[in-house]
Amino acid sequence: MREITYAEAIREALREEMIKDPNVILMGEDIAAYGGAFKVTDGFLEEFGPERVRDTPISEAAIVGAAIGASLMGLRPVAEIMYMDFLPICLEQICNQAAKMRFMSGGQLKVPIVIRTQYSLGRAHGAQHSQYIPSWLLQVAGVKVALPSTPYDAKGLLKTAMRDGNPVLYIESSLLYRVKGPVPEDEYTVPFGKTDVKKEGSHVTVVAISRMVREAVAAAEILKEQGIDTEVLDPRTIQPLDIETIVNSVKKTGRLAIAEDDSKTGGVGAEIAASIAERAIDYLDAPIVRVAAPDMPIPFSPSLEQEYMPNKEKIVEAVKSLVK
Amino acid sequence: MSGLTEIQSIPAQEYRKLGFEKERLVWMLRKMIEIRLFEEKVEELYLMRGLITGPAHLYFGEEAVAVGVLSALDPNDYIISGHRGHGHALAKEIPAELIMAELFGKSTGTCKGLGGSMHVGICLEKKSLFASAIVGSGIPIASGVGLALKYKKSDRVVAVFFGDGAANTGAFHEGINLAAIWKLPVIFVCENNKYAIGMRVENAVATNSIAVRATAYGIHGISVDGNDPVAVHKATKEAIKIARSGGGPTLMECKTYRQKGHGVYDKALYRPGEEVEEWLKKDPIVNFEKKLTTSRIVSEEEVKILRSEILSEIDEAVKFAQESSVLPFEESEKLVYA
Repeated sequence: MREITYAEAIREALREEMIKDPNVILMGEDIAAYGGAFKVTDGFLEEFGPERVRDTPISEAAIVGAAIGASLMGLRPVAEIMYMDFLPICLEQICNQAAKMRFMSGGQLKVPIVIRTQYSLGRAHGAQHSQYIPSWLLQVAGVKVALPSTPYDAKGLLKTAMRDGNPVLYIESSLLYRVKGPVPEDEYTVPFGKTDVKKEGSHVTVVAISRMVREAVAAAEILKEQGIDTEVLDPRTIQPLDIETIVNSVKKTGRLAIAEDDSKTGGVGAEIAASIAERAIDYLDAPIVRVAAPDMPIPFSPSLEQEYMPNKEKIVEAVKSLVK
Repeated sequence: MSGLTEIQSIPAQEYRKLGFEKERLVWMLRKMIEIRLFEEKVEELYLMRGLITGPAHLYFGEEAVAVGVLSALDPNDYIISGHRGHGHALAKEIPAELIMAELFGKSTGTCKGLGGSMHVGICLEKKSLFASAIVGSGIPIASGVGLALKYKKSDRVVAVFFGDGAANTGAFHEGINLAAIWKLPVIFVCENNKYAIGMRVENAVATNSIAVRATAYGIHGISVDGNDPVAVHKATKEAIKIARSGGGPTLMECKTYRQKGHGVYDKALYRPGEEVEEWLKKDPIVNFEKKLTTSRIVSEEEVKILRSEILSEIDEAVKFAQESSVLPFEESEKLVYA
C-alpha cells in the first residue's frame, strides 16, 4: 500500500469530501491565501474558490458561530481553530450553542460542523501554543471528539466527521504531520467509537491517545525485549468512547496503563481509569497507572518541555512497575 | 453600504402614502395585543398561580420591535431570537399554544419542553431558526445563516434580535464584523430597552447611540423609534433592500423600554419612577391603537372584538399546555445526538 503523511491524509479527506459534496465549506484563520498555518489546505483556494475556502479575521467565536449558523441552513462547514490553545476563546459557541442545539430544540436542529484543531506540544511553542485539552470536552454532551494517531485514521476519521450530523472536534497533533503511514487509495472511512487494537499482548494493556499511540507502540517494542507482552489500544474517539474493548482487554491482561498528553488531573485517562474501576476492578492484578503530563503550564525551554512531556521511556517505566 | 439614518415615529396620515393597507396595520395591532395579553397571562401563571417556573423574560413595552420587523420580513425569511423571545416567536406566527406548552415544559411545546422560555422561539417550520440564552451569542450564528444564504444565492434575509446588553459582548463585534466584510444579508436588530438586567445603558455604553457603531464596521446603521411598529417596519424594509441588493448587513437600533423587570420575578426598583412614568406614556400598543382608531382605520369596537378573540385563544393555549404530557426522560436522552 502507498504511504502518505498524516498532513496529506487530512488534506485528501478534505479535498475528496469537497469534491463530493458542494455543501462543504472551509473557514478559518489563514487557511486560504496562506494555505493553512501547517499548509494542510495549501492550494485549496485555487481549486475551490473563495466562496468555499474562506479566510476569516482573528475571531474564533465568530468562526465557530458562523459555522454553526451555516450548518443550520444545510451547509457542512469545517472550521479551523489554528491552535488548540485558542479553543477556550470559542468554547462558548461549542459548549453552549453547538453541543446543546439539537437537544434544547427538542430534536429540531442539526449541527453538522467539524472543528479542526491541532496541538503543538513538543515544538517549543510555550505555554499558550502547546496545550492539549480534549478532556475539557468530555463533559460536554452533544459534541463528538476524534483524535487520529495515524495517517490512515486521520483520513478515515475526518471523512466520518464530515459526514456526521453532529458537531465534531477533530484534534490533530502537529508532531504527527510529517509521519508517514499506509493509506489506501480507495474510498474508506473509520467509524467513531471503535477502539483500535494496535498490537495484541497478554501481560499489560496500554491505552494511548493521539501522539502517545506511537510512543506506546515503541514502548511495547522495548518491553518485548524485556519479556513483557503489551497490548496497545487506541480509542481514536473519546466521545463516543469504546470502553468495551478496553474492559475486555483488561479482563485478559489484568493490568492497565494509560498514556496521554493530557494533564494527569481530570484527563481522559482519569475517566478511563474510573470506568475500568467500575467495570473490571476484580480483574486487576495491579493498580491502574497513568502516564500523563504534570499539572502545570507547559515550559518553553525545549529541554524542560521534553521533561514535561510523556514519552515511550515513561511508558516503559510505568508498565514495568505493574509487572514487577 | 454605509451611512446612518434616523427614523422617528410616523404619523397615521402618512400610512397610506407609505403603502400601508388596513390589513397589515390590523395584523400589527393584533400581534402587539396578542404579545401583551400573552405576557400578562404568563405573569399571572408565574406569580399568582405558580404554574410556570424558571426564568421568563417578559416583553412588555417592546412589542413594536418584533411586530415591526416581522411585518416587514417575508414568512420565508429567517430569524434568530434570544432570551427575551416570547414576542419574536408570536410575531413569527408560531402558534401561541406551542409557545405556552413550551413554557409549561410539555412535550407539545416548540422544543418538546426541553428548551423553555429562553428557547421558545425555535421552530424550524416557521423559519425561526434559533434562540440563544447566552447574551450576544446568536449574533455570529446569524452571520453564519447569512453566509449560507449568500452561498446558496438565496434572496432571503436573516434578522437577529438582541438587546443593548449584547452590544457590549465580543460576539457582537466578531459577528457583525464578519457579516460586514463578507457583505452578508443579515439584519442586526438591537432592542435597546435601556437595561441589561439592572445595568443602565448609559453606564454601559459611552455614546448615546449603539447604531453609530455601524459606521465603524462600514455598514449601514439605523436608529429607529422602537415603540412605533410602522417606523420599525420602515427601517426593516430599508435594511432588507440593502441586503437584497448585495449591500450587506444593517445594524438597526430600536429605541424602546422594558416596562417590567428583567425577569418576571424582578420588581425593578432600581429604575427612577419618573423614567418609568414617562415611558409608560409612550406605550407602543396604546399609542398605535389610538392612531388607528382616531384615523378611523379601525373602530374601537373592532379592537374590542380583537381583544376578546385573542383572550380566548390564550385561554385555549393554557388549556392545551395544561392537558399536555411531559416527554418521558428516556425520550429526551435520545435527542442529545443526531
